Amino acid sequence: MESDAKISIAALVRDAAAAALVAGLLAFPLLGFRLVDSARGLTLDTRLLWVVYAAAAVFCGRLLFSLARISLSMRRPAATRPVKIEAPGRTRYLFGVALIAAAIVMPWLPFADRNIIDKATLILIYVMLGWGLNIVVGLAGLLDLGYVAFYAVGAYSYALLSQNFGLSFWLCLPLAGLLAATFGVALGFPVLRLRGDYLAIVTLGFGEIVREVLINWGGVTGGPNGLSGIQRPSFFGLPMVPAATDGGTTFAQFFGLAFSPNQRIVFLYYLILALALATNLFTLRIRRLPIGRAWEALREDEIAARSLGINPTMVKLSAFAIGACFAGFAGSFFATRQGFISPESFTFIESAIILAIVVLGGMGSQIGIVLAAFLLVGLPEWFRELEQFRMLAFGAAMVLIMLWRPQGLLSHRDPTVRLGTPPRAKEAGA
Amino acid sequence: MTVPPVLSVEHLTIRFGGLVAVDDLSFEAAPGQITALIGPNGAGKTTVFNCITGFYKPDVGRLTFRRETGASFLLERMDGFRIAQAGVVRTFQNIRLFPGMSVVENLMVAQHVKLMHASLFSVAGFLRLPRFLHAEAQAIERARYWLERTGLVDQADLPAGSLPYGAQRRLEIARAMCAGPSLLCLDEPAAGLNPRESQGLNELLLSIRDEHGISILLIEHDMSVVMQISDRIVVLEQGRKIAAGPPDEVRVNPEVIRAYLGVEDEETAVAVLQGEGARA
Ligand SMILES: Nc1ncnc2c1ncn2[C@@H]1O[C@H](COP(=O)(O)OP(=O)(O)OP(=O)(O)O)[C@@H](O)[C@H]1O
Ligand SMILES: [Mg+2]
Repeated sequence: MESDAKISIAALVRDAAAAALVAGLLAFPLLGFRLVDSARGLTLDTRLLWVVYAAAAVFCGRLLFSLARISLSMRRPAATRPVKIEAPGRTRYLFGVALIAAAIVMPWLPFADRNIIDKATLILIYVMLGWGLNIVVGLAGLLDLGYVAFYAVGAYSYALLSQNFGLSFWLCLPLAGLLAATFGVALGFPVLRLRGDYLAIVTLGFGEIVREVLINWGGVTGGPNGLSGIQRPSFFGLPMVPAATDGGTTFAQFFGLAFSPNQRIVFLYYLILALALATNLFTLRIRRLPIGRAWEALREDEIAARSLGINPTMVKLSAFAIGACFAGFAGSFFATRQGFISPESFTFIESAIILAIVVLGGMGSQIGIVLAAFLLVGLPEWFRELEQFRMLAFGAAMVLIMLWRPQGLLSHRDPTVRLGTPPRAKEAGA
Repeated sequence: MTVPPVLSVEHLTIRFGGLVAVDDLSFEAAPGQITALIGPNGAGKTTVFNCITGFYKPDVGRLTFRRETGASFLLERMDGFRIAQAGVVRTFQNIRLFPGMSVVENLMVAQHVKLMHASLFSVAGFLRLPRFLHAEAQAIERARYWLERTGLVDQADLPAGSLPYGAQRRLEIARAMCAGPSLLCLDEPAAGLNPRESQGLNELLLSIRDEHGISILLIEHDMSVVMQISDRIVVLEQGRKIAAGPPDEVRVNPEVIRAYLGVEDEETAVAVLQGEGARA
């Protein structure tokens, strides 16, 4: 045992040295040189010391990490934890209720200024997108890397419908969802036969195609400049503006309030909260229906599901379409909130973030997705001061979390139905 | 009056590259009977199942399935899931459960088609209309019934993947039964079971046949199962049928004794076929 430990320490040092070497090689071109804007024009400045720092940091970090892992595995037997299905946790239920209550009162708390409510709204958009994508990835097990395409379809649908036909937000919302779902079906029909990685690649391509179309179809979509002046949402017909243009009543007048731009911010916050919660309730309920169980069955074993009479194409298509539909809702909310959309808001990185939220949340855990959205969207917003290092910190946080909890933050699955105690046992108990 | 067979396989042939896995095979399965398909490893038994249940498309041949109602289906032209909906449900040689889902959920998935209709493609389910709630309660009762039959009630709410091997085999049969088959195809259900478990399996299969009137097509290496419960046995060797008949005939068929398990010594072969020899 003793000699084992010694040998492994030598191995650890070697391992850390290898990591440091790789870090040094990578850091050399990235950190080792700097362009300096001097009087003679651009000159190259070397800062080799930085490379040494980087290598040293990686060496120490790697060594500490390995040591921590070994001491952890010594303390705990390396037995694989079996998947647990517990009773629907009362604590988790209460936690969920508390979370919703907190979300409802949040705008009225003293610290809640305009900025915080705005950020919370942004997080909620991602929570909703995460919950929507969770239907596709977490429940049905279909790896969709182009989810942002449906988000874009929703946003552009709302913008175009309201600009060209003067339709209100509340009319456009279902239409945008429907259009996004139609796109989901149109994409899904030919590609859902593909398995795993192939599906991921095709959906990735689809996301890029949609973005390219948005950029190049200038006549309709405004091209790279996007669409601006998108109609802001009204409170069931009451516009939230200082004074109504056409002599109608504004929201503030109707309720006898003084106009304040905060009203719209708070309204938008509650709107996305309601949309997100609707997504959540929908998911919680549909999971317990035959279609929801069929999604999970397909994720677990497609061949077995087929041998029981489940039509894999139709079942996958329904997951794809429903997931797309929620992205469409979120997209039209995004458009009405921003008042301006352009293809730049719908790049691949958005898909990646939404997918990361689902995976990090624990594939199928609704509360896990909320936490992950906080971490992945909320924190980077607050840490904008880090500037260019933001993406680095983002990546590092992802790596750390995946090392700490490879199964996601909350990997928990409630069974959709329980047999409970058999009747005989109940009789015996009575 | 002769009853038409529940399944007729005619001139079934399937090739994988140069290998003829099943070669001009014809046999019939009588309704309400247990028909066993036996043969040495690699004889093509599982391949025949894959053709019947739509996982492979045969190169040549016709597979006809007839329900008690008289409706008949040409299986070689149908998608796998439609074959299951028509009433041919199978289990797998390498158990295929939904491991992360609970035992009772596995049985609910098996009743998907029925529940889906009752839920009017989720609309009635979403609104929790009585129509759906009633169907769901019935489905749970059916699941409970089969869990009781297979002795799994106490494990009903555990993940299927956490069950011991023998229990997983029984769960797979329970799941297939919940799908409401009229022809149940079992691919080596006794593999890996101990003698006590395989005795229990015999009783289960006999009751499925006798109480529920379901026809069974059975692939099995365990002769103590095959010889005791089969009504008819079809013997395959290298994709070809070498014998067919009731167990007593097949057991003494010199062709079978020569070919089966590649045993040279006649006495050992006979012992194996009697179900007395050591099991593989
Ligand atoms: N998809 C496939 N591709 C290529 N060859 C296959 C395929 N499926 C089966 N075979 C071949 O067909 C032959 C018959 O295989 P099959 O699995 O049907 O045998 P089996 O009788 O079920 O054997 P066992 O008792 O071992 O289960 C084997 O030689 C196998 O390698
Ligand atoms: Mg086989």
